[in-house]
Amino acid sequence: MSVKVRIPTPLQKLTQGQDVVECKPGMIIELIHELDNRFPGIGERISEGGKIRRFVNIYLNEEDIRFIKAEETEVKEGDEVSIIPAIAGG
Amino acid sequence: MRVRKVRGKHKIIIPSHLLDEVLSHCDVEYPDEACGILAGKEGVVLKVYKMKNIENSPISYLIDSKEQFTVMKEIRERGLDITAIYHSHPDLDAYPSAKDIQLAFYPESVYIIISLSEREREVKAFHIEEGNVKEVEIKVSLK
Ligand SMILES: [Zn+2]
Repeated sequence: MSVKVRIPTPLQKLTQGQDVVECKPGMIIELIHELDNRFPGIGERISEGGKIRRFVNIYLNEEDIRFIKAEETEVKEGDEVSIIPAIAGG
Repeated sequence: MRVRKVRGKHKIIIPSHLLDEVLSHCDVEYPDEACGILAGKEGVVLKVYKMKNIENSPISYLIDSKEQFTVMKEIRERGLDITAIYHSHPDLDAYPSAKDIQLAFYPESVYIIISLSEREREVKAFHIEEGNVKEVEIKVSLK
């Protein structure tokens, strides 16, 4: 349990108000599964059919995972993952 | 400029010089939409972050994700909140569009819309959550 995951405020009602959750190292998609097992419903807010939703950005430390290996990006012990819904509209 | 007065439990307080910063940002980006984040505490705006609209469009906005990541981190480290998210409507009323409502992922922040469609600019604020839109009172303070 050693990856720090930052939960955005709109999803904190699913994590009982926790803004940071510790997860196991592994691929981003595995980490989302772990989150969904522990906090049912959070998975579908972040991903759909194994892909990160278009208006959700995920950062591994300071880097957008879309520029690494997307859902298959490996997260190691000591890393920090931030889940950030986009700010957009028309 | 018209700022609507609305009664209700939700309220946002913005110092007039910061509102001026927002309005001039909207003017600079015109005819494209301007967008940004207002950081503050307990509903009082303390800092304006003008953000880049990577869509460069008069009908759409999307904040640059890396810039958003950096600014959100700075806001957190300063112990502030994302009090509001603003954007301009160059040709539409100051009311959330269908897209604004669909993509309102931050219900704990107030959405401010600045309309430039009339001669007199109009500024309104809204609480948007799960498709429900409720207007929020904006109070402009002198300091
Ligand atoms: Zn809009």
